[in-house]
This record gives sequence, structure tokens and C-alpha cells, in this order.
Amino acid sequence: MKQTELIMGMPITIEIVDRRASKYFEDLFNYFREVDSRYSTYKKDSEISQINNGLPKSKWSSEMKTVLGLCEQTRKDTFGYFNISSNGKLDPSGLVKGWAVAKAAKMLSVKRISNFYIEAGGDIQVKGKDVNNKPWTIGIRNPFNFDEIIKTITVSSAGVATSGTYIRGQHIYNPFYPETALERVKSLTVIGPDIYDADRYATAAFAMGEQGIGFIESIPAFEGYMVTADGIATYTSGFERYVNDV
Amino acid sequence: MKKYFIGIAIGVIFLAYSTVLRHQHSEPVVASVSMSQNNSAVKTTAPSTVGTAPSTQYKDGTYKGSVENAFYGNVQVSAVIQNGRITAVNFIQFPNENPNSIYVNQTAMPYLKQETIQAQSSKVSIVTGATLTSQAFIQSLANALSQAKQG
Repeated sequence: MKQTELIMGMPITIEIVDRRASKYFEDLFNYFREVDSRYSTYKKDSEISQINNGLPKSKWSSEMKTVLGLCEQTRKDTFGYFNISSNGKLDPSGLVKGWAVAKAAKMLSVKRISNFYIEAGGDIQVKGKDVNNKPWTIGIRNPFNFDEIIKTITVSSAGVATSGTYIRGQHIYNPFYPETALERVKSLTVIGPDIYDADRYATAAFAMGEQGIGFIESIPAFEGYMVTADGIATYTSGFERYVNDV
Repeated sequence: MKKYFIGIAIGVIFLAYSTVLRHQHSEPVVASVSMSQNNSAVKTTAPSTVGTAPSTQYKDGTYKGSVENAFYGNVQVSAVIQNGRITAVNFIQFPNENPNSIYVNQTAMPYLKQETIQAQSSKVSIVTGATLTSQAFIQSLANALSQAKQG
């Protein structure tokens, strides 16, 4: 059973293969709506907007403190390339999407649902098998042609995230050279054990430009596939084990 | 490991064969890539030797593609055909490096691999990706290959 809703300005799709799972869809979509209402910088009354307008730290929710703590930890893990502050405002959206998908997946796992995927704007957590009892197949979109797939990866339980120049416009910048457009790298896909890490590493690696794929190579258990403006894909040494081209 | 490569090789040959049968203007099946303007770029490790592919649709030689204007700069490729197969796609022109970009992590680079991207027709459950409008690379390569076509 599969359902899609537009939340956080993007389609969120959940497919649950296990039987009697229909009751969980509403809970999960409600969870994403809550996340949106707390972390959206586009909503004036969201907690993050209130913080950016001077809400004192003593009034921050404990979840917000946790998320901003995770952002700070990620900044350190990625040599400063993951940075949520811009012009004195905080925008944790680069972390929240993957974090929320990971949390939603955990909510299902706790209910002993073991075959599903959750996808929010290209960030994916899969678990178990698909409806045909096969591992999940994930296509990497061609950054030069929206309608095409350039790679098919096969995974059973993994998180997959892609950073790039999205329809909504360039949403990642190099924090050390914020004025310089990131033009060379068109998309960077990261596969790892869970979407929370895959997403934050993809975001940071994209901000690093072409050296980003080297950063992914250096992280154990994570693989990456980077497409540059010349139509060349550069991928990490262990990436091929997920590839199912032929 | 050996099994894996043999499997890939068989698959690639089959794909090459079926692609040739299906389309008169098929895309390259496997191409290795070197970046002519970029000394520090890694050499390709795409699995390009798969025996003799049954394709003879292209004449041997090196063909320059058209210069295609992408919003980020010009892209021009040349395709090298040997024994009727594409053996390399070289970049004659591509957008200049971002002057501020830090070069690729030298310690990790030797492990990285490269290939030209290629559209696939696989059916998938889910799609991950970013999008962009330019098709300059594809257009330039298509132009080079149209010149290489057997009369």
C-alpha cells in the first residue's frame, strides 16, 4: 500500500508492504506535518522562525535543542561544510528532512513493520523487501534530464539521499565561499545504513564541490555517486556492489 | 569477484547486442573517459574490455562533437571509436573550474572510479535525484556519434 502527500513543500511517499499496515499512514503523515510546522523557515509561526526572531533559548523546545545540537555535531563532522547559519539566521532544513525520515522509519520498525520505504523529496529510507519480495530498486535521476534514470541501485535496508540543484533552485552553498555558485557538481547521491547520515553527508559533500566524493570515500559504510557538469560520474570504490545495471 | 566481472561482461555484451538490434542510433554502451584538460583527473576504470562486442555501427576514428552552450559554459566532446566501439569520450571543452574550489581529496582519489552517465530504461520502485535543464553533454556526444555512423 502506497500513499503520497504534499508536506514541507515536497511530495512525501510511504509504501508499506506488510499487511494490516494501513492504520500507520495517517500517523506518519501527521508526524511530517508536525515537523513542518516546527522547522519550516517559510512559516512565520514555526518555532525556528520564532527563534530567528529572537525567542530566548530558555523557551526552545527540547526537541529543537536536540536538532540544533545535531546540526552543530554535523558541522564538526564535516569540517564546517555543513552549516545551518546564514546571515545570522538558522535553517536546519538540510538536516531535518533526513532526520524526520529516519524517525518515521523508526516509528514503523517499533511497530514491527519490516518491509517499507519512506521518501521525502528524494531522501529515501528503505527496509526489507518490495511487494514482489525483492530488494528495493532505486533509480538515480539524470541531473541533465529529469525524465531519465542513469543508475539503478538495489538495496534491502539503507538510506539514500541526493543533493544537487533542485527544481526549487540551488539550495546548498559553500559556507566558506557563500558567493560562489556550486556549478561543477550537478548531483551527489549517498548510500548508507540510514537516511539521517546519508542526507547530512550528501549535503556537506555537495557543498565541498568536487572533493565531496572523496569525503564520502573516506567514511566507512557509505558510498557515493557524483555527477559533474561534463556528464561524468565519479563514484566510490564500494559503490558498484549496489549497482544493478544489466 | 571473478564471477561478478564475468557476469557484468556477459550483461554488457548482451546489452550492447540488444541495443544495436533495437536502435539504429544507440547510445554508447561502455565508454572509458579521460579529461584532456585536467591533469589531476583520475584515469578511468570503467570495465571497458568485454571481448569483442558485436557492434560495427561506428567507423573507427576520433570524432569531435558540436560545441554546446550550457548555461554554465561550453561543452564539447570527442568520441574515439575503435573496432566499431566507443573506447573513449574526451572533453575538448568544459566549464572552467570554480577558482575557489578545493581540489579533490588526494588521498581518497585513487580509489574513485569514473564513467560517462547514460540513460537507462530500468523499472525502479523509487527515484532519488536532483534536476537541471542542460543537455549540452548529451547533444555534443550525439553529434560526435552521428559523424561516426556507418554510411
